[in-house]
Amino acid sequence: MLAYVVRRLLYALPILIGVNLITFALFFVVNTPDDMARMQLGVKRVTPEAITRWKAERGYDRPLFVNDEASGVAVFSETIFFSKSIRMFVGDFGRAEDGRDIAREIVARMGPSLAIALPTFVLGLLVSVTFALLLTFFRATYLDFWGVVLCVAMMSISGLFYIIGGQYLISKLWKLVPISGYGGGLDAWKFVILPVVIGVVSGIGSSTRWYRTIFIEEIARDYVRTARAKGLSEAAVLFRHVLRNALIPILTGVVVVIPLLFMGSLLTESFFGIPGLGSYTIDAINAQDFAVVRAMVFIGSLLYIVGLILTDLSYTLVDPRIRFD
Amino acid sequence: MPRFRRALPLIGALLLCACGSEQNDPYPRAERGRNILYAAFTERPKHLDPVQSYSEDEITFTAQIYEPPLQYHYLKRPYTLIPLTSEAVPVPRYFDAAGNELPADAPAAAIATSVYEIRLRPGIRYQPHPAFALDAAGQPLYRAGDREQLRGIEKLGDFAQTGSRELVADDYIYQIKRLAHPRLHSPIFSMMAERIVGLRELGEALQEEARKLPAGAWIDLDGFPLAGVSRVDRHTYRISLHGKYPQFAYWLAMPFFAPVPREVDRFYHQPGMAEKNLTLDWYPVGTGPFMLTENNPNSRMVLTRNPNFHGETYPCDGEPGDEAAGLLADCGKPLPFIEQAVYSREKESIPYWNKFLQGYYDASGISSDSFDQAVRLAVGGDVQLTDEMRDKGISLLTSVRASIFYMGFNMLDPVVGGLGEQATKLRQALSIAIDQEEFISIFMNGRGIPATSPLPPGIFGYLDGREGINPVVYDWVDGRAQRKPLAEARRLLAEAGWPNGRNAVTGEPLVLNLDTTTGGMGEKSRLDWLTRQFARLDIQLVVRSTDFNRFQEKIRKGAVQLYYLGWNADYPDPENFLFLLAGSEGKVAKAGENASNYANPEFDRLFEQMKDLESDGPRGAERLPIIRQAIALLQHDAPWIYGFHPKSYTLGQVWLHNRKPTDVGNNILKYQRIDAAARERLRQEWNRPVLWPLALLAALLLAVLLPAAIAHRRRERGTAR
Repeated sequence: MLAYVVRRLLYALPILIGVNLITFALFFVVNTPDDMARMQLGVKRVTPEAITRWKAERGYDRPLFVNDEASGVAVFSETIFFSKSIRMFVGDFGRAEDGRDIAREIVARMGPSLAIALPTFVLGLLVSVTFALLLTFFRATYLDFWGVVLCVAMMSISGLFYIIGGQYLISKLWKLVPISGYGGGLDAWKFVILPVVIGVVSGIGSSTRWYRTIFIEEIARDYVRTARAKGLSEAAVLFRHVLRNALIPILTGVVVVIPLLFMGSLLTESFFGIPGLGSYTIDAINAQDFAVVRAMVFIGSLLYIVGLILTDLSYTLVDPRIRFD
Repeated sequence: MPRFRRALPLIGALLLCACGSEQNDPYPRAERGRNILYAAFTERPKHLDPVQSYSEDEITFTAQIYEPPLQYHYLKRPYTLIPLTSEAVPVPRYFDAAGNELPADAPAAAIATSVYEIRLRPGIRYQPHPAFALDAAGQPLYRAGDREQLRGIEKLGDFAQTGSRELVADDYIYQIKRLAHPRLHSPIFSMMAERIVGLRELGEALQEEARKLPAGAWIDLDGFPLAGVSRVDRHTYRISLHGKYPQFAYWLAMPFFAPVPREVDRFYHQPGMAEKNLTLDWYPVGTGPFMLTENNPNSRMVLTRNPNFHGETYPCDGEPGDEAAGLLADCGKPLPFIEQAVYSREKESIPYWNKFLQGYYDASGISSDSFDQAVRLAVGGDVQLTDEMRDKGISLLTSVRASIFYMGFNMLDPVVGGLGEQATKLRQALSIAIDQEEFISIFMNGRGIPATSPLPPGIFGYLDGREGINPVVYDWVDGRAQRKPLAEARRLLAEAGWPNGRNAVTGEPLVLNLDTTTGGMGEKSRLDWLTRQFARLDIQLVVRSTDFNRFQEKIRKGAVQLYYLGWNADYPDPENFLFLLAGSEGKVAKAGENASNYANPEFDRLFEQMKDLESDGPRGAERLPIIRQAIALLQHDAPWIYGFHPKSYTLGQVWLHNRKPTDVGNNILKYQRIDAAARERLRQEWNRPVLWPLALLAALLLAVLLPAAIAHRRRERGTAR
């Protein structure tokens, strides 16, 4: 297994370089180093000299990919792309354009992101799987029919509507929890409840339908008929046999997102004032902070690759037939 | 079932908690009833170093912490400079090229140097800060280069010892030198280098020094002389300027000229500090009424009363109406009134607005989404609060901002530019056709007044009434300004060589291009409206939307025909608006702020005359007619379509006192007073939790699950079919 993991991690290297290259190219197609300087220095009373100084200080006065004035390796190493990218591969994300240390900022913001994303993920999974199992249990009855109708209705509604509606009902009208904000320590719970509830509810529709389809497909298999023939209750059949055998397609969709929970949610964090990594990314994009955008895309790609590897590993846990030999 | 019974006490406790009031209180329970002001901020401040911070998001904080020598009187209008840390507003002394002193009314051309001598009030002390902590030998406790001392220190509060010291003239001198620091990128360096004697040379010397040193290394500015700034004694310093620059006094009221002690700069440059984000840019140090005790710009920033504040009292005079508005009730009382100000970050307007309505913010602006909920327009155009707001005791404060939004013509463009008669008439025709009153009514909810020149109300030279109208665009009818009829615009257009929007010679239609940045919601309807305005003159408008960077680039290169821009005043002087059209500020030729590249030698002559004169005293009487002439020229040449001056609408809770809108004086926190007991009472009243929906939800869930359970039971017990 270790050899497999190492091999997969080595495969990840060219992917990360590629992602970094694409991010770099896309960013600099839209923003020139001059634009970045102007964004940081402000639009009032900025002189060309100040812009030149800003770029020189941060190494943005070099060519993007190829330095024609250099020779040897320096043709590629004396470029913005090389100088800004290479350090990330050893975990040094450098500083944001406002001078703050990016790694520190990421560590500080990871907690609030996880405080929302983790319970939303776990509860969402539990609720959706349970609801899907219930629908499967009552398949072909009015409960199944109306359950599916409800799911379709729920998945048709925009996530933004859930957020605004949830804030309006639960916080404004019923005054049960704060509308937005975040507090550390024991205070965190009252800020977390609403985004978590909204996150869970908004995800029920699509995920329940997906899981229900998996369970319905599974329930038609021979081993289920055998289990029923043995006299097992329907609940036991569903929870002990169907759920376990349906885990592979579920894990395919679920495990891959676990590492990405660190990245936070752009929309939720923005509306609820959660100082997490999602809002960090959005702020960086708005501020044309290439250092942060680059770091966040890099980490996102890395986590996605880790998620894919974890997914593969998880198959061996639920299906003993799968081996990495 | 037994498990459920065991959980009953816990459920009961939770329900009891839920029955209490203010479950939606976003602040810690310990803060209830305390004398704390709650506000919000939308954009995180980028810089808190006074040498760099320039934007409104930043000055909200820096102005409460840093104290430049001067400040604006909180209540008086027009804005009046008064001393802050200085003993008096400095009166410049003028000298000719030979060094002879000139009288105060000497002509500007004769003045080679202006000298401002600023005497500080003794006894002013800095906020407690570890940079001032001393050991037994009187040396800085946290010495430079000692990385070991930083072990376990992650934020400023982790330093065990703090100290303070008296504010001295050297601190102001040090900060003026910092304006020239090549690594600090002060936005006003280039401009001040033209004014302060020796600042440009200092910048060059520091640039040279910075090249020799590794990145982030400390440069001891005391080792570099600045010819134009000198220390007279412990509490007095002098600033020498090239020529005459009456607007300099306004700059002395901005944080750019606030004090920064050398030891603080040294402290933050210790190895290891920057890695921990311990920088002056993040942890400001000042003598002001407040100090930044929590800096988490992602979530919340807290200003706490500075225990060493030198003391100041609430003003006893203001403008007419202030007394009736209760703004003089606290006359002579010691400032500041509040012990803390908590700023929470609200990126979205909906949560911000709802929290204000719940009493969790003490003041709020009005976004377009909530405008109808907050105010209504009465018959006659008066703005009134809605019943909901009145019932809560909320007050509305309005003021016209010292800003202008305008549509500019690129005067270098062959069609709309130039000072020729035809192009001028084309611009005049468009100025008439674009109905700013309608724009303000539709898109601004009436929150603005049409502009007749670059100068907004409250700025010296602005005239109201008949004298103030733009005669190119308005007629004075029945005691009010009335936009000229469209027929007049059509006539001008025909005279410009474009009858009915077609070229008089070739018959080609007139197509104009408007460059704009891609806006948010509502942008399309605004642009559609604008296209229709042009269509009224049979002119085709092509809107070229682009991102902000490309737009700026086009402006810099003069590759636009028409564009939209705005300007907020740095200081309340007509020079700060009229310079936007000065030839010396041409965007293409000089990389200045004149985006229209307007260059009229007559206007430039008047501008040069006007900028060297003061607004008060006999010079004011001399200045006013020059301004009027300059404005008349601008109205005739129409390099801009003068759009509107926005009006700010601020809502204040009933417990918030002494709030007065201000555009240039930013150190307003010390004047605010909170009735914390009233706030607590009303918050409780407004935020009683509603619990019946929870019961209803539980009942609904039961109603769904019960038949399911019965069906399950029936199926499990049923016989096989």
